[in-house]
Amino acid sequence: MSQQVIASTAKKARKLSAPEIAEIEHEMTLYPDKKAVGLEALKIVQKHQGWVSDESLLGIAKYLDIPVADLEGVATFFNLVYRQQVGKNVILFCDSVSCWIMGCEGIKGHIKEQLAIDYGETTEDGDFTLIPVPCLGDCDRAPVMMVGPDLHRNLTPEKIDSIIADYKNK
Amino acid sequence: MVANPLTKNIDMSRPPLDIAAYEANDGYQSLHAIAKGLSPDDVLELVKGSGLKGRGGAGFPTGLKWSFVPKGENSPAQKYLVVNADEMEPGTFKDRLLMEGDPHLLLEGMIIAAYTIQASKSYIFLRGEYTVSEKVLRNAIKEAYEKGYLGKNILGTGFDLDIIMHTSAGRYICGEETALLNALEGKRANPRAKPPFPQVSGLWGKPTIVNNVETICNLPGILTYGVDWYHGLTKGNDHGTKLFGVSGKVKTPGCWELPLGLPIRELLENYAGGMQDGLELKGFLPGGGSTDFMLPEHLDIALDYDEIAKVGSRLATGTMIVLDDRTCPVGMVGNLMKFFAHESCGFCTPCRDGLPWVDQIFRDFENGQGSEKDLQILHDHVTYLGPGRTFCALAPGATAPLGSGLKYFKEDFEKHITEKRCSYKH
Ligand SMILES: Cc1cc2nc3c(=O)[nH]c(=O)nc-3n(C[C@H](O)[C@H](O)[C@H](O)COP(=O)(O)O)c2cc1C
Ligand code: SF4
Ligand code: FES
Repeated sequence: MSQQVIASTAKKARKLSAPEIAEIEHEMTLYPDKKAVGLEALKIVQKHQGWVSDESLLGIAKYLDIPVADLEGVATFFNLVYRQQVGKNVILFCDSVSCWIMGCEGIKGHIKEQLAIDYGETTEDGDFTLIPVPCLGDCDRAPVMMVGPDLHRNLTPEKIDSIIADYKNK
Repeated sequence: MVANPLTKNIDMSRPPLDIAAYEANDGYQSLHAIAKGLSPDDVLELVKGSGLKGRGGAGFPTGLKWSFVPKGENSPAQKYLVVNADEMEPGTFKDRLLMEGDPHLLLEGMIIAAYTIQASKSYIFLRGEYTVSEKVLRNAIKEAYEKGYLGKNILGTGFDLDIIMHTSAGRYICGEETALLNALEGKRANPRAKPPFPQVSGLWGKPTIVNNVETICNLPGILTYGVDWYHGLTKGNDHGTKLFGVSGKVKTPGCWELPLGLPIRELLENYAGGMQDGLELKGFLPGGGSTDFMLPEHLDIALDYDEIAKVGSRLATGTMIVLDDRTCPVGMVGNLMKFFAHESCGFCTPCRDGLPWVDQIFRDFENGQGSEKDLQILHDHVTYLGPGRTFCALAPGATAPLGSGLKYFKEDFEKHITEKRCSYKH
């Protein structure tokens, strides 16, 4: 998401946790070199930490022995690698063409009202971050969005209200 | 005979078939045929003979593509098969259905393709957001290993194959096959120069075939039921069936497997139920966001690669996006331009700088600030971003709805300028 680069090389690499290392090691068996595991490692760390901090990124680069700049280049390239802290639940809101035709802008307005956040922002209680995402491949049930790993279809304002309530209680 | 080979096992109201149920419905028979002595060259001939064309967008003949892979003792020992499951083209929702609905069909197809080009490793490059597909496929892969259909010396053929799942992290450009290879190698996903083509020098410099999910899912039927059966499926010039989708304000949006060659009208009226009450069809993109608009007068054209090309558009992914008479065409094209501008990989100047400019002009139109000069700039970009002027096909893809939109909905653009507002907004 963020275009920010590591501001200070004074930052220290975080030592990766044992479960993170185990998963990264497994990925290393599937590719012929370490560089190829960079994105997988970023995703593994994000799964455990919620996002990829500068310290985590340095930690991965060190562990895989790949240049920090290369890894940062990959991290900033991909929409779903979060280089800033995100909320407990990330809402990926489809704003592509079929959802647009089916009125996703109104639905987005409703979310914005209910959660008091716009794209790229996190609610004050840290429960939700709202991010736009290209076509989620469910255009026949537009408008659609994901909350965490779950897909929600045929969205209406009422549905949004109950979805928000469900995840708040989780 | 089977008329819907891609979806015969799919029923989204229940979980997908497990390996035993899949096998009970003719599944994995092609592997037994291979084990009985079908050589890689035999399979290649069958696939060439079938006339199968790639379903990823470009429609390139699959057998021909495979035939470019070097073979024999002097060719590199390691070859790769990569399945392009990065579906992110706006308005496209077909590969998800195949993966979630019948994962073993994809795996069987992958084994056939990998055997033909003698690739011992295959990656599924899956869109990260497709969490259900990932789960379903991982489970199916496990079943296939347990059954001995994956791993070493498959069914005593001496052929080894590992299938590896790679989930991406959200960038449309990763669907472009050479950008996809860079992403798999852990690099920024900028496209590569061609030649060399991936068939000769692809993943880690080795011969590599990249095929779309739906393309691969055609293979089991061709081997199991034969080329003659496959040729009997079509109602037009191109062979086989295809997944066709319709989204937008129709009565029953959805995705269906139909023979190639049916009239567009049949898809729109019989399957998608026609337009919602009170709405008229104004136009449609026949195969996702990178295709040219077509008009109601084109409804009797066949859903066929060559027929649609004759009116200046492309069948591409076969998933149609419908524009009705109460939705602003300028807004629709603007939405697509925002997508393309955001997803430009930034490698070449016309695309990196041109698309955001185009996007900004559409925002101005939306706010009633569009001018005749802006309109000229949009027209100019249809040329500047067109085929041959950029490093890959992303930007030319954007010019498809842009150029055709400017042509067919000229009055709507003009009206935004003269009325200084979007008259579709109430
Ligand atoms: C910007 C861009 C995005 C693409 N996205 C996809 C995609 O998501 N899935 C896909 O199969 N092909 C996609 N393609 C087409 C691929 O480059 C490639 O042609 C295709 O995977 C080949 O498979 P096929 O021969 O089986 O059709 C894309 C092409 C471009 C230029
Ligand atoms: S056309 Fe766009 S997406 Fe393709 S290489 Fe150039 S900048 Fe990247
Ligand atoms: S446009 Fe929203 S899911 Fe396809």
